[in-house]
Amino acid sequence: MVTFLIRRTFGMIIVLLVVSFVTYLIFFKIPGGDVAGRIAGKQATPGNIADIRQKLGLNHNLIVQWWDMMKQLLSGQLISYYDGTNVVQQIKEGMPATFSLCIGAGIIWLGFGILVGTISAVTAGGFSDRSITALALIGISLPVAWLGLLFRYFLAGEGGGVSWFPDGGYVPLTANPWQWFYHLLLPWFTLAILFIGFYGRVLRSNILDTINEDFVRTAKAKGLSGRQIMVRHTLRASLIPIVTLFGLDFAAVLGGGAIITETVYSIQGVGYYAAQSIHTQDLPPLMGVTLYGAAFIVVFSTLVDVAYAYLDPRIRLT
Amino acid sequence: MAERLLEVNDLNVRFATEDGIVRAVDGISFELERGKVIGIVGESGSGKSVTAMTLMGLTRGVNARFEGEVLYKGTDLLQISDADMQKFRGNELGMIFQDPMTSLNPVYRIGEQIVEAIRAHEHVDKRTARARTVELLRQVGIPNPESRVDNFPHEFSGGMRQRAMIAMALSCNPSILIADEPTTALDVTIQAQIVDLINRLKDDFDSAVIFITHDLGVIAEIADEIIVMYAGRVVERGSKRDIFYDPQMPYTWGLLGSIPRLDRPRVERLHTIEGAPPSLINAPEGCKFRPRCPHAFEKCREEPRLDNRVGTPGHLDRCWLDVEFKRATRDKTISGGSVEAA
Repeated sequence: MVTFLIRRTFGMIIVLLVVSFVTYLIFFKIPGGDVAGRIAGKQATPGNIADIRQKLGLNHNLIVQWWDMMKQLLSGQLISYYDGTNVVQQIKEGMPATFSLCIGAGIIWLGFGILVGTISAVTAGGFSDRSITALALIGISLPVAWLGLLFRYFLAGEGGGVSWFPDGGYVPLTANPWQWFYHLLLPWFTLAILFIGFYGRVLRSNILDTINEDFVRTAKAKGLSGRQIMVRHTLRASLIPIVTLFGLDFAAVLGGGAIITETVYSIQGVGYYAAQSIHTQDLPPLMGVTLYGAAFIVVFSTLVDVAYAYLDPRIRLT
Repeated sequence: MAERLLEVNDLNVRFATEDGIVRAVDGISFELERGKVIGIVGESGSGKSVTAMTLMGLTRGVNARFEGEVLYKGTDLLQISDADMQKFRGNELGMIFQDPMTSLNPVYRIGEQIVEAIRAHEHVDKRTARARTVELLRQVGIPNPESRVDNFPHEFSGGMRQRAMIAMALSCNPSILIADEPTTALDVTIQAQIVDLINRLKDDFDSAVIFITHDLGVIAEIADEIIVMYAGRVVERGSKRDIFYDPQMPYTWGLLGSIPRLDRPRVERLHTIEGAPPSLINAPEGCKFRPRCPHAFEKCREEPRLDNRVGTPGHLDRCWLDVEFKRATRDKTISGGSVEAA
């Protein structure tokens, strides 16, 4: 276990370095021209641009520039090209909103995903199963941006519908727990619906495979009830692949992947910050957000492996 | 006379499939008394496992149709609800399966799985159930059961897993132990140990055993009565002595001929029964074994009833051939066709 963690930590650092370098290269290859020229504005003299290049350290070679940026990021000194704000500070400020959105949505999608997947498998071929299948496919196919707008239009008083819910925005948990919850309900479901449909489908097919396993027959031959067999034997085995999915999906949204949901509901989290930075082609925040997201992915994939070893004793961590 | 535990009367099991009705079991009857071992022998697809699973209520489903009676101590197990059947499974009838590698749940400890079986039927606390589990593991010959009880299935060898399965099946002291090919997936040396173990535990637990196998050699040791099944039907039934020394069905000869034996002249090759078992959807007319039987004649197009044709009480078969003819010809099949007088 210790060797495993040391090895994985080492691997994670390498992955993050590679991710950051590739991000850096991509940024300088995308259209948009010279960063210094863009910041200097339309009326800039060549002298202005040269000054800015000097200030941003753009005259060094690419590796040195990249390394300087890494050092600034790790020491928390990285400053946006565009508005001069501190990147690490901005990400930190966005985290509570992003975490609130993602943890709530994660609980909802995992819970409902397991529920609909199980119901669907138990009633396989029947009416409930067919209805759930149809709904799941709709859920998977709905674009999140459109679904968010639909919710706002019909449920949040934006258009012709009722206004049962506040129309976007975020209230910190510490400020008012009820308002926090109330403001997040629609975003939670907006983010969760895609995953509910997807997890339900995956779990359904896992359960239908597991039901035919010999050990499920043994459980029945022991005289366990249908519910005990389902929960303790079938579901237990069927959920193992769901753990992988959840670990990685959850890491992705925590790492700023809920860009659309955050943007639609004006929740100023990390995803919102990423969206703004893409809009202004601001490299330092993008670098910060990318590495922040990548860090979640690598850490959670390690956690998934540890969870696997716990859930399936045949797996050894080496 | 010993207590009669089980009486199966003309059991029929059919499954509706997309291709048609599968007559998996077509009229099997037998009785089982406490302390006895009945062996059910046949190829894959002969209906022996379906019979066993039906006794346990494991074949119930929307596509299954049952006829006949399965009387366990007077209760017809085919008529009771699945919820009531649950009280019999594991408690009155215990079952061991073919593949011990997959029959245990890989994510739970051996002990947990046996404790679960005990607590499914008896209201005992975990500590008591665990103590009993250790004792059961000792009885089935697991060395050092106090620590082995906490192992996972993958930490056990195949033979040990099958022993653990036996311990689980016996954990609630069932009156009947159903062993569905319990030795097929094991090494030959382990097979003998498992058969001996079942035989010994049957007496310790005062139960009866239904032992299902495709290998007559395996049950030569322990069966009191043997039922030979073919294509869902009983084709021959009799005492161990009848089946081994006076077999009446050419199919039984084939099974006997395919066992390697040291007390017979050495043959180049063991006997093989040519062809494959018939489809259970469109079974051949008359004797089901006719297409594969080297001795088939005109009369075999007519369905032979399961009848006593030999004279020995209780020895039934479904074969039209003349008994004396069979006694004269069968050794060729049983001891190997190409053998010279040794």
